[in-house]
Amino acid sequence: MIRFLARRIVYSIFVLLGLSIVIFIIARIMPGDPARVAVGARAPQWVVDKLREHMHLNDPIVVQYGYWLRDAVQGDFGLSLVTQRPVTTDIIEFFPASLELVLFSGLLSAIGGIGLGVISARYKDTWIDNAVRLFSYTGIVTPSFVFAIFFVLLFGWVLQWLPIIGRVSEEVTVPPLVTGLVTVDALLAGQFSTFVDALRHLILPSLALAMGSIAQEARITRSTMADNLNKDYVASARALGVSERAIMGRFLLKPSLIPTVSILGLDIASTFSIAFLVELIFNWPGLARYGMQAMLHKDLNAISAVILVLGAVFITVNIIVDIIVAQLDPRIRLSAARSE
Amino acid sequence: MTGQVNLSQDFSTKLTLQQAKQMERESRRQNLGRSWYKFSRNPLSVVGIVMIIILVLLAVFAQYVTPYPKHAQAFTDFAHAKSPPSWQHPFGTDQIGRDILTRSIFGLRSSLLMGVLVLVLVVPVGVLLGLLAGYFQGTWIDTIIMRITDIFLSVPPLILALAIASVLKPNLWNGMMAVSLMWWPWYTRLVYGLAVALRNEYFVTSAEVTGASTRHILFREILPNTLSPILTKMSLDVAWVIIIGSMLSFVGLGVQPPEPSLGTMISDGARYLPDQWWIAVFPALVIVIVVLGFNLLGDGVRDMFAAEEI
Repeated sequence: MIRFLARRIVYSIFVLLGLSIVIFIIARIMPGDPARVAVGARAPQWVVDKLREHMHLNDPIVVQYGYWLRDAVQGDFGLSLVTQRPVTTDIIEFFPASLELVLFSGLLSAIGGIGLGVISARYKDTWIDNAVRLFSYTGIVTPSFVFAIFFVLLFGWVLQWLPIIGRVSEEVTVPPLVTGLVTVDALLAGQFSTFVDALRHLILPSLALAMGSIAQEARITRSTMADNLNKDYVASARALGVSERAIMGRFLLKPSLIPTVSILGLDIASTFSIAFLVELIFNWPGLARYGMQAMLHKDLNAISAVILVLGAVFITVNIIVDIIVAQLDPRIRLSAARSE
Repeated sequence: MTGQVNLSQDFSTKLTLQQAKQMERESRRQNLGRSWYKFSRNPLSVVGIVMIIILVLLAVFAQYVTPYPKHAQAFTDFAHAKSPPSWQHPFGTDQIGRDILTRSIFGLRSSLLMGVLVLVLVVPVGVLLGLLAGYFQGTWIDTIIMRITDIFLSVPPLILALAIASVLKPNLWNGMMAVSLMWWPWYTRLVYGLAVALRNEYFVTSAEVTGASTRHILFREILPNTLSPILTKMSLDVAWVIIIGSMLSFVGLGVQPPEPSLGTMISDGARYLPDQWWIAVFPALVIVIVVLGFNLLGDGVRDMFAAEEI
């Protein structure tokens, strides 16, 4: 298991290096002189020349990449054109908000998706099953930003149940910064009302993000469970008089969750990218909104950093999923142990 | 004597060849009929294909079927701005008085165009790379192609597409290029897996033994056997490309105004949300309907081919 993990990690580092090359190329194909862009059109030529020297823009592109990579490894992505602060500072500030959103929506997809899938399989071919399948279909074909707009309209304006802007209300005292996740920080500080407020702000955006993967998870869980229901071991458990509930919970759920967990991991990781639009609609001060601002202003340092960070997150989540799947599936666990 | 025999032999081989071709045509027709039968067994697939046909016809003849074709471009009519759905304007009008039904249909046109063109650009490249990497599995060709593929697959496609679109000039074509650059690896990986499995089949080995060229093996032996998964993926991917394209224009990196696009209409409309809800909601519904249609169609195609492969 450890060797398997080590190999995955080493391989991931190479993938990240490759990704950094791709990003560097993207950043350099942009027309225009990065130094000129950075100082503005009215700066005198000697300032631009000085900056070109400083940014190593007169060196061959491979050397430029070397400098850029050296800085990036040390966590230095340069200054952001939009905020005029180091990009790393910005990312540290904005990342927790996105993380909170994505984690909560991952939680919703896991609970909602697996729950609906199990119910659907349990009551297979009844109206409950059909209702869940109809719901899954709707969830799969509706883009998250469309859900976001419908939620804003329905729950925010028509019913006025939940807030639709930002992370906390203005009148609430913000808890001291510990993890950067407002809900967790509020709980740590014992501010229960802030926790409830933050949670209420969290529900709509994360639900809009989660709808697609809830639908997909429900569909996959249902189909694997339905397949497994016809297996011999279930029939023998039934013949031995094991109750239907115990069959569902004890024997059927665990093997049926393996595909669900793999897809769930991928979904959570790609939720970071869908969050780009949802954060925009809900005015959520997260990394995606920051990245979006950077893209609209052609802020190359920030764009490169955001993509690299998201790539790293995506790869990390995939490794975690591999570990969980190995824990769920004894065949993978044992074969990994045997090969060691 | 011998000449006669030769003649008749020659004649007979010619006949069998013709017969063989005839039989091949016959069986192809039968297969087509059988596929359609399987496809049409699921009423939802038929609904999907009917939806797609109607949407494509609407998009192609947008100029003639829309009530106000002039509203598809720069046009203002502040007297009728933000008017709710009515008989004159079934979907209402937008913030500067343009008919939303008209603009939705023209937006549908660029969405469909993007969905189709991206796949036309992406599939040949992705499939070719996958075939090469799979057939030459274990060589440097495999290593180079698949490691590059892995890099592109390591980031969700939307993010890199956004990044590429952001450094290019925002318009429909550059948006399409950005999405295309992100999309080929999925086909490469799909075909790679299939080609690796197929290269050890007897028909490939026998083609190698009889001295067939690499090109023949790749395109005549392996490629035809990978077509059904490719077609299935394509029919499901159109919907995805349309969603990603609408996301690009939603954030302002795709089609530029006054050119209509569903994503831009939604993001514009989102600013007028509670009161003038129709500005954002109807274009959003159009996207949902298009995506639904292609998903139904794609599911039908998948069922059809899955049954055939077994």
